[in-house]
Amino acid sequence: MSYDILVLGGGNAALCATLMAREAGATVRLVEWAPQHFRGGNSRHTRNIRSMHDAPADVLTDTYPEEEYWQDLLKVTGGQTDEKLARMAIRHTAGCRPWMSKHGVRFQPALGGTLHVSRTNAFFLGGGKALMNAYYRSAQALGVEVTYDTEVIDLEMEGGTFRSATVIRNGAEEKIHAKAVVIACGGFESNLEWLREAWGPPADNFIVRGTPYNTGRVLKALIAKGAKSIGDPTQGHCVAIDARSPKFDGGIVTRVDCVSLGIVVNKHGERFYDEGEDFWPKRYAIWGRLVAQQPDQIAYSIIDVKSMGKFMPPVFPPLKAGSLAELAKMLTLDPAALEATVRRFNDAVRPGTFDHTIFDDCVTEGITPPKTHWARKIDTPPFYGYPLRPGITFTYLGVKIDERARMIMADDKPCANVFAAGEIMAGNVLGKGYIAGIGMAIGTAFGRIAGEEAARHVRS
Amino acid sequence: MSAASPRLEALIGEAQRVLAICNACRYCEGYCATFPALQRRLEFTESDVHYLANLCHNCGACLYACQYAPPHEFQLNFPRVLAQVRQQTYRKYAWPQALGALYERNGLVVGLATAASIAFLFIFTSLVSDPARLFQAYSDAQGSFYAVLPHNLMAGLFTAVSLFVMLAFVMGFIRFWPDLGEEPGEFVKPRTFAEALHDVFTLKYLDGGSGDGCTYPDAQPSYARRTFHHFTFYGFMLCLAATSVATVYHYGFGWKAPYALGSVPVVLGIVGGIGLIVGPAGLLWIKSRRDPELVDPRQDGMDVGFLVLLLLVSITGLALTFLRETRAMGVLLAVHLGVVLALFLTLPYGKFVHALYRFAALVRFHLERRRPRPGIAPE
Ligand SMILES: Cc1cc2nc3c(=O)[nH]c(=O)nc-3n(C[C@H](O)[C@H](O)[C@H](O)COP(=O)(O)OP(=O)(O)OC[C@H]3O[C@@H](n4cnc5c(N)ncnc54)[C@H](O)[C@@H]3O)c2cc1C
Ligand code: SF4
Ligand code: SF4
Repeated sequence: MSYDILVLGGGNAALCATLMAREAGATVRLVEWAPQHFRGGNSRHTRNIRSMHDAPADVLTDTYPEEEYWQDLLKVTGGQTDEKLARMAIRHTAGCRPWMSKHGVRFQPALGGTLHVSRTNAFFLGGGKALMNAYYRSAQALGVEVTYDTEVIDLEMEGGTFRSATVIRNGAEEKIHAKAVVIACGGFESNLEWLREAWGPPADNFIVRGTPYNTGRVLKALIAKGAKSIGDPTQGHCVAIDARSPKFDGGIVTRVDCVSLGIVVNKHGERFYDEGEDFWPKRYAIWGRLVAQQPDQIAYSIIDVKSMGKFMPPVFPPLKAGSLAELAKMLTLDPAALEATVRRFNDAVRPGTFDHTIFDDCVTEGITPPKTHWARKIDTPPFYGYPLRPGITFTYLGVKIDERARMIMADDKPCANVFAAGEIMAGNVLGKGYIAGIGMAIGTAFGRIAGEEAARHVRS
Repeated sequence: MSAASPRLEALIGEAQRVLAICNACRYCEGYCATFPALQRRLEFTESDVHYLANLCHNCGACLYACQYAPPHEFQLNFPRVLAQVRQQTYRKYAWPQALGALYERNGLVVGLATAASIAFLFIFTSLVSDPARLFQAYSDAQGSFYAVLPHNLMAGLFTAVSLFVMLAFVMGFIRFWPDLGEEPGEFVKPRTFAEALHDVFTLKYLDGGSGDGCTYPDAQPSYARRTFHHFTFYGFMLCLAATSVATVYHYGFGWKAPYALGSVPVVLGIVGGIGLIVGPAGLLWIKSRRDPELVDPRQDGMDVGFLVLLLLVSITGLALTFLRETRAMGVLLAVHLGVVLALFLTLPYGKFVHALYRFAALVRFHLERRRPRPGIAPE
């Protein structure tokens, strides 16, 4: 059987492309490697989409104009972004919510809970899995053929034109032909070997926060076939998560949110970075890399009882002890080293008014690294520790695309019938760094563009 | 308080594990009252678990949305564990305590209670009257019901059973409410009480959090459950109203049953009876199509038993209404009163008690909502 459009992958970008193409009248086949229960890749772990808006809009408060969004992105990427594509994604977020709602996605009204950043981000009711369920339901209702447990292993191209894809299903190989293809099968973050190639031995200690299915096989095949790659394989979104997390798919709950309340030490019991530099969620995106740079990629966040209960509860209980020496032993740290670090830190703490909701004036003086906010002595037992590891969210190495989401070949020419969306092209916008909710913004914008353009190509 | 059973302890432990994961995740915040309530806490005591479990309507939304649902290694099935806890809540706070065990095998209990009640009424009716009169046809003018069963005996029996049922509920509540750490006076604060009533009358938390309806019986949003529950609930209320009006007629005005088909108690009874057929039948039907992931099979007996009794009550009641001047009346009356008696007797030890604990939990939810939250730093 032949289709107008073949969509590779089963996450947000893939479903956005699928629904757009189907709505435009094309016949669509979607192949997802994961079994039905785990469909939706990393998208099923998400919670929100960052959305620009010039006036309060449905679930979004206040305003978040394009320029501010762009500046936020510029800051985290240090300029490593394609302004044209980035602004397209940003503008797209202003208007995509009604379309999402039409396909059954529901947003959560601002309830005033602890997780709300309702000015900049629209939250999915029930989170990303609920969103994916809605999209799949809609796709089914529109007559899209979806197959699970189907791994794409290769693409057949003829001089820059896609012909078919080879998939494995139930152990048998099969070729699927289509007039156009949308590639939306994620980054390569769950390919431990590839991570090791990029990062060296430290990669062995990384934990993958999301789906085990994003192994980058298609990305590798595309690059081998002459697609122009973009981005650096060591760049990605990497946060500090609990070292006790599952190797894959631990999702959101494994994050440790008390870093800025206490101190963070490495395996030698030494501090290595200013824990008070910034708020959640900005600091969130830097600590993964910081931990990755420490010996054995391990670190420990240490607080005392004063901070207990002042942060989002992590899923694993902290290690708890009546004295620092005892805590050090539980964390396999040298007690003398930890005690010395804490003593130096405590001696450097200057009096101030602690307020974790603002950049307060609690600082240290005379130590390196300093702690520039929320510095309080760690002196009141019980003491608590959380072991930290780098938790990789997704990688930024991908294929280059143009404004019509067409994949660009090494000779800088676009392929007429190959479109890419989501993580696999996110590196066009995100050279490095991350701002919360932009993953879904990129995937939704370029997923929808890819679907529309693929359908247009098929019609013409 | 008696020592917790091993099953209860294991269950509470599992619920605490699951609650801790949800508290770190919070994606389901918008679905119902359970999530905002759990998010106020960092740790979950046993009574917290009972409280939260009784806020849940088992709509399934949070299971379908859960990224950690089985087969994920976290094996998180929030609705199911809360359903299991609810059964233990009923058991734990039951009065008399020894009867709490009835919840475990409620289907059987309902069956036995029904059979026993009917048998009892048959023996009773044939003893007080002469057996031949049981199969005789009477006209309304002859006061057909009381020709078979003297009114005072009927009223006396049902009053005694009702008083016992009320006492069992009050005692259950008196054990539950303070265990949540609440003062008795808090329960009757008008504003929160009214809010909880509003939630009950509208089944607010069966709207899926977004107005699309809840995910029952499967992942597709639907209003089926809310609709059939409304039929059941309001049908039950109308039947109660019919009985109350009839009581007033009897004692207040000395008007003797049976009343004319167009009379207030009979109209209320017929409309309520129809509600009590449509509702329970619908609930049984969607229950049979329920996603097995969400069901605690141990409770099927309890749920089904209660719904079947309601159905029987309304079917026999309607049959009695329309056949009361025929020779079948005597038997129908005994059967109808038998199932009504069985229903009443099993009310405190069956599915009906969810009304008590859910209502108390909702009152508490609205009380808590106004209290300052323990300070977790904003994201
Ligand atoms: C824990 C966590 C939380 C996050 N929270 C947010 C958030 O709140 N907001 C936000 O904007 N972003 C968030 N992100 C990032 C976001 O998940 C990604 O940016 C986004 O999901 C990318 O969408 P996608 O469709 O490109 O990839 P995915 O959703 O990962 O989909 C890729 C799909 O391709 C399939 N696939 C892979 N290889 C193959 C193959 N060879 N053959 C067939 N199929 C294949 C996979 O099974 C999967 O279905 C989060 C990520 C994680 C891990
Ligand atoms: S049920 Fe699952 S998705 Fe919902 S809050 Fe709990 S852990 Fe999160
Ligand atoms: S099953 Fe429904 S009512 Fe129960 S906790 Fe989940 S979302 Fe709330």
